[in-house]
Amino acid sequence: MSLLKYESQIREPLVDGDKTYHQVTEDIIRPIEMKPSRLWYIGFWISVALLLFGVYSVYREVTYGIGQWNLNKTIGWGWDITNFVWWVGIGHAGTLISAILLLFRQGWRTGVNRAAEAMTIFAVMCAGQFPIWHMGRVWMAVFVLPYPNTRGPLWVNFNSPLLWDVFAISTYFTVSLLFWYSGLLPDLATVRDRAKTKLRKLLYGVAAFGWTGSTKHWQRHESLSLVLAGLSTPLVLSVHTIVSFDFATSVVPGWHTTIFPPYFVAGAIFSGFAMVQTLMLVLRKVFSLHDYITIGHIEAMNKVIVLTGSIVGIAYITELFIAWYGQNPYEWYAFSQNRVNIWSPYGWSYWLMMFCNVVSPQVFWFKKLRRNIVFTFFMSIIVNVGMWYERFVIIVTSTYRDYLPSSWSTYYSPSVYEIGFYLGTFGLFFTCFFLFAKYFPVIAVAEIKSVLKTTGENYKRKMTDIEKKDSDKFYIEEVEHAH
Amino acid sequence: MAGGIKKFVVGCFDDEAVLFPAVKNVRKTGYKIHDVYTPFPVHGLDHAMGLRETSLHTAGFIYAITGTTTALTCISWILTKDWPLNIGGKPHFALPAWIPITFELTVLFAAVGMVLTFCYLCQLSPFIKKHHFHPRATDDLFVMAIECTDKTNDEEVQAFLRNAGATEVNVQHAETGWWLGRYDREQKLYREMEKGY
Repeated sequence: MSLLKYESQIREPLVDGDKTYHQVTEDIIRPIEMKPSRLWYIGFWISVALLLFGVYSVYREVTYGIGQWNLNKTIGWGWDITNFVWWVGIGHAGTLISAILLLFRQGWRTGVNRAAEAMTIFAVMCAGQFPIWHMGRVWMAVFVLPYPNTRGPLWVNFNSPLLWDVFAISTYFTVSLLFWYSGLLPDLATVRDRAKTKLRKLLYGVAAFGWTGSTKHWQRHESLSLVLAGLSTPLVLSVHTIVSFDFATSVVPGWHTTIFPPYFVAGAIFSGFAMVQTLMLVLRKVFSLHDYITIGHIEAMNKVIVLTGSIVGIAYITELFIAWYGQNPYEWYAFSQNRVNIWSPYGWSYWLMMFCNVVSPQVFWFKKLRRNIVFTFFMSIIVNVGMWYERFVIIVTSTYRDYLPSSWSTYYSPSVYEIGFYLGTFGLFFTCFFLFAKYFPVIAVAEIKSVLKTTGENYKRKMTDIEKKDSDKFYIEEVEHAH
Repeated sequence: MAGGIKKFVVGCFDDEAVLFPAVKNVRKTGYKIHDVYTPFPVHGLDHAMGLRETSLHTAGFIYAITGTTTALTCISWILTKDWPLNIGGKPHFALPAWIPITFELTVLFAAVGMVLTFCYLCQLSPFIKKHHFHPRATDDLFVMAIECTDKTNDEEVQAFLRNAGATEVNVQHAETGWWLGRYDREQKLYREMEKGY
């Protein structure tokens, strides 16, 4: 047994069961080599159906214009931008797990990082759809790119938060993709070297880029991962900060708030972890990965949820306090009448948000509930609903009453194509995720192997015996002898 | 791509705890380790083999400052020289407002540049093929390849590796570089007679 590294025996093992390196490979790669279950097909085709409905909704929107949505005079950013912010937020947990937890040397990230990073990429893909199609005349989308052009030498406005968003989201997507794929290379090579069929050899051979596992390559790979993690950490914070600037730099009451950047980032991580929980609990069940995604992993993520949920709660209350303390009548009206007043048209959404995001995650202070799988799954859905409503509250309650009461809008409810577009991104997300789960190793095989001998259950058990023997020996020789 | 065919003595280990002393002993005896192939990054193995630290992060830094400079020069030229826009009488040179994009480009250049450099240095790309000494090197074996010269007695090296704890030992003639190829076909760059040793 290797004694190269040591981890305290008080810590829970991250890999359960009697595992060898080969067993780890078997457990994680076998689902790729088998025919998918019926459940997979059902899920996949439902996702494709949703995706197609989304495509049809977008087709309607492009052909007939934004009028297909129920946006109106004062509410220009209804469901569409709500969904954009929601999806971007979900992406953040993946980067947090893969980058920030890597820098903090959190061993438990190895079990969930691969799938969480995939989630990030697909979530950002979904998020990107909303601002693009919201442009209406989508064929002019290239106008956001700063290139020497034929519109006179007129450039994009580099001082605008909306352009910062273009740069932030596209950089975020690119860097996440690179980080994810460079981490995948060694595992794809594992799949390639196990492949039996010709087609699989060809495809995984191409995908693995000819990875051999040479020590020098691993050394560079480690360096690359570390630097990419170091880059992604401020990047992920910057992305949601910039998304929050879309609101915070405006002068709309309810948006013009300096607390937005940290509040949005915490909210993003909060909702992202909820989505990771939803996906992981399903993955673990479907691919029977109980030994790799243990109750300990789920508990760790629930701790992050209760932490970020509390940060979000403090942000809500601070925001409310400052609106009152700032003594700006318009700001205070937006908060007291449009949001907190439960009898106002959208008061229900504010209190729903408060309940889902602030009150409900507090139950995770109880260890029993943190470690309860069914309850965690239920809570993850609640949190996602709550975080969707947070963005809805920010966007709709701030815009449905502007400075001119005559244009205060009638009750805004989305059209079927607006909902269809949202459902379509669910289709896109889950279609991608089902394909990922079928064709890629959902857990970082190489990373699990590198922590196996310090945190694997069977190795820890052996260590405990050695430690016990040592302490007994110490007691007999030193302590008793001294008496 | 170059390299030609060389002769290697290959030893497979199933435990990194056995591998470490073996690497040390092989080097002490004076055999030349071509490479060790491992299924996961074994920490400290690069030092044990005497490899120098990678400079990839330095390259990353250079790419990063390239991104910073690109962003700042482009934006300042566009907004102050090429097409100055009067936005509420605010200064054309509005540095604080450029920080977000400058930061994003810094990260983008560093990340893309580093990954490309990584692929270039490790010769990684689709349709690149290399010799694999053992298919289980990406599964659970630590595969050490010792390069032979025409003076090497391979019997002796094999015995040495077995002694050091290798579970499987053999001799292979292998191409050292990479070539374009597919993993579903048997393809070689050199013919058997063009031996480099």
